[in-house]
Amino acid sequence: MNEDIKASLFVTCLVDQFYPQVGESVVSVLRRQGVRVDFPIDQTCCGQPAFNSGYHTEAKKIARQVLKLLANSEYVVVPSGSCATMLRVFYPELFEDEPEMAEAARELSRRVYEFSEFVVKVLGVTNVGAEASGRVTYHAACHLLRELGVNREPLELLENVDGIEFAPLRGNVACCGFGGTFAVKMASISEAMLEEKLSEIEDTGADTVVACDMSCLMHIGGALSRRRASARTMHLAELLANGKAAADGR
Amino acid sequence: MDVKTAQFKRNAEAALADEQIQQSLTRAIHHFDEARDIAIREFTPERWEELRERGRTIKDHTVANLDYYLELLSKRVAEAGGVVHFARDAEEVRQIMLRLARSRGIKSAVKSKSMISEEVGLNHALEEAGVEVTETDLGEYIIQLADETPFHIIAPAMHKSKEQVSDLFVEHLDEPREEGITELAGVARRVLRPKFLAADMGISGANFAVAETGTIVLVTNEGNGSLCTSVPRIHVALMGMEKIVPDIEDMAVFLRLLARAATGQRLSTYTTFITGPRRAEDEDGPEEFHLVIVDNGRSRLLRDAALREALRCIRCGACLNICPVYRKVGGHAYGWVYSGPIGAVVTPVMVGLEEAKDLPFASSLCGACRDVCPVKIDIPHLLLKLRHMIVEEKPSKHKNSPLAERLLIHGYYLTVRDRRTFALAHRAGSIALRAFACGGRVRSFPIPPLSGWTRKRDFPALAPKTFHQIWQERLSKE
Repeated sequence: MNEDIKASLFVTCLVDQFYPQVGESVVSVLRRQGVRVDFPIDQTCCGQPAFNSGYHTEAKKIARQVLKLLANSEYVVVPSGSCATMLRVFYPELFEDEPEMAEAARELSRRVYEFSEFVVKVLGVTNVGAEASGRVTYHAACHLLRELGVNREPLELLENVDGIEFAPLRGNVACCGFGGTFAVKMASISEAMLEEKLSEIEDTGADTVVACDMSCLMHIGGALSRRRASARTMHLAELLANGKAAADGR
Repeated sequence: MDVKTAQFKRNAEAALADEQIQQSLTRAIHHFDEARDIAIREFTPERWEELRERGRTIKDHTVANLDYYLELLSKRVAEAGGVVHFARDAEEVRQIMLRLARSRGIKSAVKSKSMISEEVGLNHALEEAGVEVTETDLGEYIIQLADETPFHIIAPAMHKSKEQVSDLFVEHLDEPREEGITELAGVARRVLRPKFLAADMGISGANFAVAETGTIVLVTNEGNGSLCTSVPRIHVALMGMEKIVPDIEDMAVFLRLLARAATGQRLSTYTTFITGPRRAEDEDGPEEFHLVIVDNGRSRLLRDAALREALRCIRCGACLNICPVYRKVGGHAYGWVYSGPIGAVVTPVMVGLEEAKDLPFASSLCGACRDVCPVKIDIPHLLLKLRHMIVEEKPSKHKNSPLAERLLIHGYYLTVRDRRTFALAHRAGSIALRAFACGGRVRSFPIPPLSGWTRKRDFPALAPKTFHQIWQERLSKE
């Protein structure tokens, strides 16, 4: 067990306001592994919406607060590849012209992990004793895959979930079309990209689409719901929190 | 070439609704993708990575010492008997070309594919001066007949079906209708052959220019490049000033990178090395060789340390092929010569940020382009830098972003800067969304930007309790 590991949860604004059950699942999975989880209460958002849109003034103000908030955390666990990218990759870029802040940002970046990455790389666990049912497919979120280089970890965790049938997504490395403000700024293009992703999902015959980012899942799930499709979306943490071991742990 | 970058969104809508374009994109791009994948697997991904890294290093070194290599190149070209011209912008390129054409009594010119000639609108300028210009790359020839611009960096007529090409040939050429691809290529060959033989001037681009030897390198698959540069009595090559490599040995890196990234070939069918005009002992070749080295906005890229790496680009088109946005809207939507991810980076700098301010936002920042780039240009991060420049830096603060967006971002900042206002927003949002929500989802919302979301996607209702609340009430106590 990992009793000596302390991790701060940076839950992300989307999970906080729309999908708190994802945060609960993360806490449950980590605690079952013995991790001492804390939640720095003053957190809100990482600032990515402002940063991605070009508004560095606002993004910097938010980033400064986050850097302060997480200054003493041993590890920071983020249930989103995209928000973890903001903290780990974009903060140092954002402060390129402020050496002191840039150093603080680089220092933080060494402690930031996306959820699945943390479980596999830091805890060294690929089987969390989860149990579920049904046919599951996995969407590799772009920032997770290409900015953080996390590809294998979520798949390894999925492989060890008892009772599910895994159906890989054809073209599973293509973007779903979310892209933050892109989804509304360039809605038609975003919709066309989503359309392709949906047909790939449909081809797998999966009833559950798993990813490590609620933003992509909000996008994919929003379209599934609009079409009244039977497939549902689920954060990896939710799937991992399921099952016998989960029931024992609660 | 006319700049239509400001109409990106409208152009994109039109392309999305155009069945022919959608079909062509799906067909052609799958082919490119597959070919590239196979080529890299065969080469082995490990060696490919090594080669990319070498390509990147050579280009960065060259760009960092561009003044030195430009001087060396000019010196070597002159020593080989060629004439070097420097052109600051499109107008200067046109003037140089018109002067050459007039002083040498040029009546007709044949052209090998050159993107830079598209940048400067060369064909129209020469035609206005009474020079007949004929494109000899099949794709370029097709779009010249259709009076269109290139749809793709290396496949300019990718968007045309063979039926459309057939129609174009019947309409413009005095030839019987052909339907098959081989037969259509045969028609073009028949029509183009006498043009090659009659032309006074051959115009080409340059995929690379080797400084040490004063050699320009042309890569083609149709052999038209060799004909254009050897039959007419004058050969003029146009090149962007970033096309330089230091030494001939560097070609061993770049020819392998370019062919594989572009078409999945091990080597392009024809690779032509040209050093100066015909020498006394040569059996053929032009009497005069001119090299026009063009800036046209490139020094603005060079000046900007944050964007400079875009000058590594060898115009292979791999980033277009992999880009989920390009795959949906195609090349014309971008409104200028260069399309896709690399177009979204270089176009705003070359034609002006304000004119092309939508392009850096025409990306989901997925980063697939960076993975395939043979010289490892970090395109998504360059797009982010451009977004920042557009919104906050140039030409004047906030000039380029709409007021509504500025207010929205500021409102967002005021909301998230304190967890208490953030919690308040949750309560207010719950009430506001409740009016539109049905069964835990919002099917239609009348106010932008959310209205853009709900056209094809449901929006989730806010959770009854935030994670903050759940943590404080329960989880923190467990």
